[in-house]
Amino acid sequence: MTSATVQVAGLRVGLAGSALDIVDGIGFEIAAGEVAGLVGESGSGKTTVGLALLGHCRNGAAITAGVVLIDGINVLHATAPELQALRGPAVAYVPQDPGTALNPALRVGEQIAEMLLVHVPRLDARERAARLAELLQEVRLPAGDATLRRYPHQFSGGQQQRIALAMAFACRPRLIVLDEPTTGLDVTTQAHILDTVRSLCALHGSAALYVSHDLAVVAGLADRVMVMYSGRIIEAGSSAQVFGAPGHPYTQHLLRAVPDPAGHRGVSGIPGHAPSPSSRPDGCAFAPRCDRASDICRRTVPPATMRAAGHRVHCWHADVTETLAIPAVLRGGFTARPALLAVQGLDASYGPAKVLHGIDLVIQQGECLALLGESGSGKTTLARCIAGLHPGHSAPVRLHGQSLPCSVRDRKQAARQAIQYVFQNPYASLNPRRTIGEIVARPLQVFFRLSANEAARKVGAALERVALSTAMARRYPDQLSGGERQRVAVARALAAEPELLVCDEITSALDVSVQAAIMELLVGLRQSMGLSMLFVTHNLSLVRGVADRVAVMNAGRIVELGPTAEVFDAPRADYTRELLANTPGFRSVPLTLDAAV
Amino acid sequence: MSAVATIEKPVRHAGLLGRALSFRRAQLGLATVVAIAAIAMLGPLVAPHSATSFVGAPYGDPTARALFGTDGLGRDVFSRFLWGGRSILAMSLAATVVGLAAGIAVGLTAAYVRGWADEVLMRLMDVALAFPQIVLVLLLVATLGPQPWLIVLTVGLGHAPRVARVTRAVALEVVERDFIKSAKALGEPAWRILGAEVLPNISSPLLVEFGLRLTYSIGAIAAIGFIGFGVQPPAADWGLMINENRIGLSIQPWSVLLPVLAIGLLTVGMNLFTDGIARASIGIDRGAAQ
Repeated sequence: MTSATVQVAGLRVGLAGSALDIVDGIGFEIAAGEVAGLVGESGSGKTTVGLALLGHCRNGAAITAGVVLIDGINVLHATAPELQALRGPAVAYVPQDPGTALNPALRVGEQIAEMLLVHVPRLDARERAARLAELLQEVRLPAGDATLRRYPHQFSGGQQQRIALAMAFACRPRLIVLDEPTTGLDVTTQAHILDTVRSLCALHGSAALYVSHDLAVVAGLADRVMVMYSGRIIEAGSSAQVFGAPGHPYTQHLLRAVPDPAGHRGVSGIPGHAPSPSSRPDGCAFAPRCDRASDICRRTVPPATMRAAGHRVHCWHADVTETLAIPAVLRGGFTARPALLAVQGLDASYGPAKVLHGIDLVIQQGECLALLGESGSGKTTLARCIAGLHPGHSAPVRLHGQSLPCSVRDRKQAARQAIQYVFQNPYASLNPRRTIGEIVARPLQVFFRLSANEAARKVGAALERVALSTAMARRYPDQLSGGERQRVAVARALAAEPELLVCDEITSALDVSVQAAIMELLVGLRQSMGLSMLFVTHNLSLVRGVADRVAVMNAGRIVELGPTAEVFDAPRADYTRELLANTPGFRSVPLTLDAAV
Repeated sequence: MSAVATIEKPVRHAGLLGRALSFRRAQLGLATVVAIAAIAMLGPLVAPHSATSFVGAPYGDPTARALFGTDGLGRDVFSRFLWGGRSILAMSLAATVVGLAAGIAVGLTAAYVRGWADEVLMRLMDVALAFPQIVLVLLLVATLGPQPWLIVLTVGLGHAPRVARVTRAVALEVVERDFIKSAKALGEPAWRILGAEVLPNISSPLLVEFGLRLTYSIGAIAAIGFIGFGVQPPAADWGLMINENRIGLSIQPWSVLLPVLAIGLLTVGMNLFTDGIARASIGIDRGAAQ
């Protein structure tokens, strides 16, 4: 295929000063107007590949081999001035976080015009102004000087990403690399941005590489999909092929880990974690986690097997057609139970800004209540009010009918013990200077007055409950993966033997397979321990599998509250309907996994 | 250590010294400090004469009996040098500990409570910063007499505002992290949150601060000795020796040169070592923040 706009072959990116490869011999092609999705979990090397297409790599890394041809020009052989000339007209980049990628001191008009000034100097001022107006229209920002004269911070996250898109498309590039451009955005905004990307690529015939960890987004957007694992592409094909009939066990596992907004199936995680570049096994990198692995898998890297035209699978067992069993949904029906915790008419503010308005909420004994909302809806503030971590709310939180003081400091020991909080980011919620054992032992010492020795003895059991080994107790948080850290945070909360577990976006910092494993754990724990849970999340698909009831929040108010199935299948609030419509799923793809249920 | 090792191996806090000592400058610094400290501590045990006995004529040249000659009163320079380090080292160390303890207490409290208490505490520190340290010491020593504890206390408390500022600045970021909220949710008392959760996370910058303040203490206490407000004659003290013998500098330079060299090397050595720790801790704190 010489018609492809982008041709990559044998791309290898290593750590400077060592023989380790972050990216290990990658090749693919993208045709004009085509959107290719590059999917992988954190550490798989997908961003490194994306940057390599611009002839760039991060500090400490070096492109050691390979060819990247864009319209026949090898980007990797370009000198610094040549690269400068290529970036913009030939290849452009849209970063993950537009908030940090845009210069806060420059008006957006100047920033976009800068691209044109440098790369299309033949335009005079009038033509430039015309092009700017055209670009604004293309990325669906309000036209006119008012928009161009504003600074980046005066735009919302979604609008900032549109500005970044306008900059990237300003010179009509042949290839555009999008690095998780919607990760920080709400589903509604995400849906609009994806729509814009699709139409821009079609309009200008640009090839696009869409780098993402979100399989559902890629499934809806990309024509072709490449799945990366541990520095290699392990499966590539059309969206329908990869998501409809996944050939590699890793892809199959990954798909099973994606929560289903329709609620037809549960999720399951992948045991173990991906190897680091220094500890990659000799053969297939996935072999240690794969239940099909045989001797040859552990010895030799599998070559490409063509399953169908254009569907390439790197697996020694690619001919195995049976797919993995689908976990059933582990959720019973909803029954009314006595109230555990209640708030009535609760207002709360951050400084002068009121963020919660008259919240009425009851959490019943043994139920899992999901608090669903986009960023800024006030869901975390509400969770913190309940846990006593957001002082200064108007109405008391009632636990078993008893009013609790606002601040956790003034609450009685028993109340503190009854409500335990698991934080969003496991990288921030564990003290990096304490061992896991010390961290988990602390609630035992505080609530059960155990001595340090007695507590240490019980730590093992607490860790086993969250499927961590006892040996973990001697390690420090930075020696654990993100998923393991979040398990430790859950173990710490459960060590207090709480009645209510408040989970604040606890999987949003984690990869999809890790998220699935944590969800499995929570569902299991809830059944075995009879816990009540307040599950705070922005991820609508996740709610379906765990929650008995859902409260949907918008702008500091609960706009809808009801049993999960009712809210999802027959939403009454307009806002809920909009959320449901914008949540990406595999609707467009014939997913065999769904059919198997 | 290669880049790979730092990426693959998580660094333990206990390894901070080890990592610091992988820098040449830190090795050199520590060796210098240990050598000078050994002279100061063990010197009196091996000194050939007492610090106050007369062994020859004033400003006598080096002989076998007096290795580095004699001072203005005919006492052995080498023996006085060996005796004179203890006081300056002990007082510097004590002053630094006092300054760090006070500064950390104020800085941690300010960072944790925030609000008006933070304002009051830090503005008080600003006022204290405005006083020249040496003038403050002179004022107090002139009023209350040249007591060693007074010198230690005033030099030490003179450090407190700077230490408080550094502590507050680094602690501000730590107290906002979720594990502090988690400790609050457990109902841990404030003193335990500060001591057991916050303090270990800011120990690297504080260790650097300790080294830095120690060098300042050495300088300040040597200066006070030089001015004559420190250890009183006839006792031996490096700062005092410089003052006593500066008139005879052109005739018998050793009596000034030895203490000057010792103080200079101690300060430079401590600085080099501290610098090594600072460099090593950058890597560690980056790892912890991720």
